[in-house]
Amino acid sequence: MQAFSLTINGNAVSVTAAADTPLLDVLRNHLGLVGTKFGCGVEQCGSCMVLVDGKPEKSCGKTLSGVAGRDIVTIEGLGTPQHSHPLQQAFLDEQAGQCGYCLPGILISAKALLDRNPAPSRGEIARALDDNICRCGSHARILRAVARAAAQMRQGDAR
Amino acid sequence: MSDAAPAMLPPALIDNPRLDQWVGFAEPGHVRVATGKVEIGQGVLTAMVQIAAEELDIMPERIRLDAGDTDLTPNEGYTSGSQSIQFGGVALRLACAEVRGLFLDHAAAVSGHPRAELAVRDGAIIRGGEPTGHDYWSLAGAIDLGRAATGRTPIKRAGEHTVVGTNAPRVDLAAKIFGEAVFVHDMALDGMVHARLVRQPRRGATIATVDEAAIRRAAKGPIELVRDGNFLAIVGADETVVEAVAAIAPGHVAWDGVDPINPFQEEARWLLQQPSIDRTIGAPPADPASGARRREASFTRMHIAHASVAPSCAMAVYRDGRLEVWTHSQGVYPLRAALARTLKLDPSTISVRHVQGPGCYGHNGADDAAADAAVIAFKTPGTPVRVRWRREEEFGFERVSPAMVTTVSATLDASGRPADWTTEIWSGRHTSRPGGGGNLLAAEALPDPPPPPPPTESSNAPGAGTRNGDPLYAFPAKRIVHHLIAETPVRTSSLRGLGATLNVFAIESFMDELAEAAGVDPVAYRLSVLADPRARAVVERAAAMSGWQPPSSPSPASGRGQPPSSPSPASGGGQGGGAAGRGRGIAFARYKNLAAYAAIVAEVEIDESVRVTRVWCASDAGLVINPDGAINQLEGGIVQAISWALKEGVRLDTAGISSRDWDTYPVLRFSEVPEIECELVGAVTDNPPLGIGEASGGPTVAAIGNAVAQALGTRLRDLPLTRERVMAALLKA
Repeated sequence: MQAFSLTINGNAVSVTAAADTPLLDVLRNHLGLVGTKFGCGVEQCGSCMVLVDGKPEKSCGKTLSGVAGRDIVTIEGLGTPQHSHPLQQAFLDEQAGQCGYCLPGILISAKALLDRNPAPSRGEIARALDDNICRCGSHARILRAVARAAAQMRQGDAR
Repeated sequence: MSDAAPAMLPPALIDNPRLDQWVGFAEPGHVRVATGKVEIGQGVLTAMVQIAAEELDIMPERIRLDAGDTDLTPNEGYTSGSQSIQFGGVALRLACAEVRGLFLDHAAAVSGHPRAELAVRDGAIIRGGEPTGHDYWSLAGAIDLGRAATGRTPIKRAGEHTVVGTNAPRVDLAAKIFGEAVFVHDMALDGMVHARLVRQPRRGATIATVDEAAIRRAAKGPIELVRDGNFLAIVGADETVVEAVAAIAPGHVAWDGVDPINPFQEEARWLLQQPSIDRTIGAPPADPASGARRREASFTRMHIAHASVAPSCAMAVYRDGRLEVWTHSQGVYPLRAALARTLKLDPSTISVRHVQGPGCYGHNGADDAAADAAVIAFKTPGTPVRVRWRREEEFGFERVSPAMVTTVSATLDASGRPADWTTEIWSGRHTSRPGGGGNLLAAEALPDPPPPPPPTESSNAPGAGTRNGDPLYAFPAKRIVHHLIAETPVRTSSLRGLGATLNVFAIESFMDELAEAAGVDPVAYRLSVLADPRARAVVERAAAMSGWQPPSSPSPASGRGQPPSSPSPASGGGQGGGAAGRGRGIAFARYKNLAAYAAIVAEVEIDESVRVTRVWCASDAGLVINPDGAINQLEGGIVQAISWALKEGVRLDTAGISSRDWDTYPVLRFSEVPEIECELVGAVTDNPPLGIGEASGGPTVAAIGNAVAQALGTRLRDLPLTRERVMAALLKA
């Protein structure tokens, strides 16, 4: 057991745990941030996606020691019902989801995409989400929602 | 009104007759509404709120909905079979209408105003648009809702609806989008421990040895082993520690009685050699008319996994003689009965509460995970136990949809249309839900396991393996010959569509073959044998949506002259970039022959592998509670069915299911999802609501099959339509 410092959603936190504890377990069990979901544990489904220094990463495959000192953003850091991120609002506007289990990971992947490409095509959005599995078949809505959010963010920037 | 004829009550109201089982006004300003149906990703909570708000004439925001809780809600069995709205919603609607009527009766009596002049507006009793001073809450104390529903209060007509028929946003979506703790996986109770199972590899397998020392040495923190018979679990406060031990523990447990299975059984044709329980449904076997043309074709499908996006999870605590279980099971009451049998407890001492889980498309590991948690909790009183299956455990031990063979045959009349039709089906069982105590993995592992459930399947319509085996077409004589295979290499149970998926694929593929042989356009051919006007309407609408054009001259190799739509947006443009072929296909079914109608047109591009580029869907689901929610279900069914058609099949090795991750069990990814256009036909109607959740799957698979046949000039009859099968067909052609 060792104490590690990292930044989660803008807040400095210290976590005392084994160095090889998966970041996913740190978030869910040590910090109570259950928005990030367990899906497979072997980096195949994207349910546990978070941003690490702005890059989308599967938190089940990252160790605590490996993210020490890094800047982590989870779904809880994306927005709140009171201050929603345009992506979250767009997902509500498009009713983009069914069971919703995959959505936090997808929203994080989409955030990473829009941060580097503010005007992605449908194909570019789809490719950016290929690491995320949605089993209910909400894909068409999700693709529309990401495009809608991108358009709204571009409008916001132009204002 | 007392002399009115007894109304035909829906089964849910017969089973749960008291109005107070459905509606209550204990909390001022709010209405408690209860449903036995549960949210499995399909949006049912939203629809139930809309139904209750409509018939009670209150704002939806006032409704507090309880769903799937043995302490709080009616027993409506399982949330399955696309029946939640068609049956559960209809029951709730009648109950709410009757409650509103009782309050209006009472308001008339106490106010002296004629009943006909009174109405309800957001819970307030009004007369001529003005408040009367009475409302649901002020009158609630005087009205006993502990009475049985009569079903005699008229429900609103579709033209009067203001909430039903609107696209109310999903009541559960925002919490999911903001990452709140909505799933059973997210529950945390004080003092909770985490548990993982070492699964019995096969029914009847017994533990020979457990190297407990090796397991404990691998643990980087405190753990306990919980064992009873062949039930073995690892339990500890730190999930990371428990998970790591669970990964290595199976290597330290030796089992007896694990016979190897035959991995060739992953393909379906082995079913044809198995002993079976046989029956014939429909017209008696026909004497083959001399000289009549007869055609036959055979279609297969591998086992299919539910492959929910996350493995199953449950929480349980046994405290003060009561067992409390939180689960994403589809049926809290049947699960309670099964747990009571397994643990030899009185059901009244068990509470089972539904908490949402990952999307559920049938009988996955949810019930089994709940039983795991319940068994461990029962053995460790006072400690809340959280069981979360491992991903490979879900793939390896959930009940899968059985492999199937469906052979369709017909004798044809002079016009090339069937005069006599047979659908012959070979399949393992499609239903093995927990009922009286069998069919739980934990129960099988405990001492004195229940006997294996008898290999039976309901012979009543709409059937399970036989589902949609009876084509809706107006053929003079039709029959289903069903071979139920008792012994299958892996456990099987219900998956969205059950037998309908392969049966519709077979029937609708064969219809295209017959149309081609008759030299008739597939749409025109279907319409020529389709009498039901609602069926005709969805076929015609789907064809129109897709710009379907009858063939000028049938030419299988070059397709039927369907104009290609614009290239699929996800592919990034280009006219197919050397695509070997394009094709379009249509298919139709009415799910179970009694739920929603759906017709699908699919467009494919083939360049070694199949790519679905566009899908059009027209569906008639009768009265639709939430059109956007219904379309979401159609879309989801379409995407899942594309995945089934192109990719999915459970792999086996001698130890059982070997496809235990997303690499070996691939599903459709975002880049492979086409543009999808769905339309509801006749959604504002006084026709009763029809279940829509499983309506689009079978027709989608079949439409893809027909499109592929057109593009290739040869037909693939074995699912999935993989690159290997396409290449083999191209080489042969």
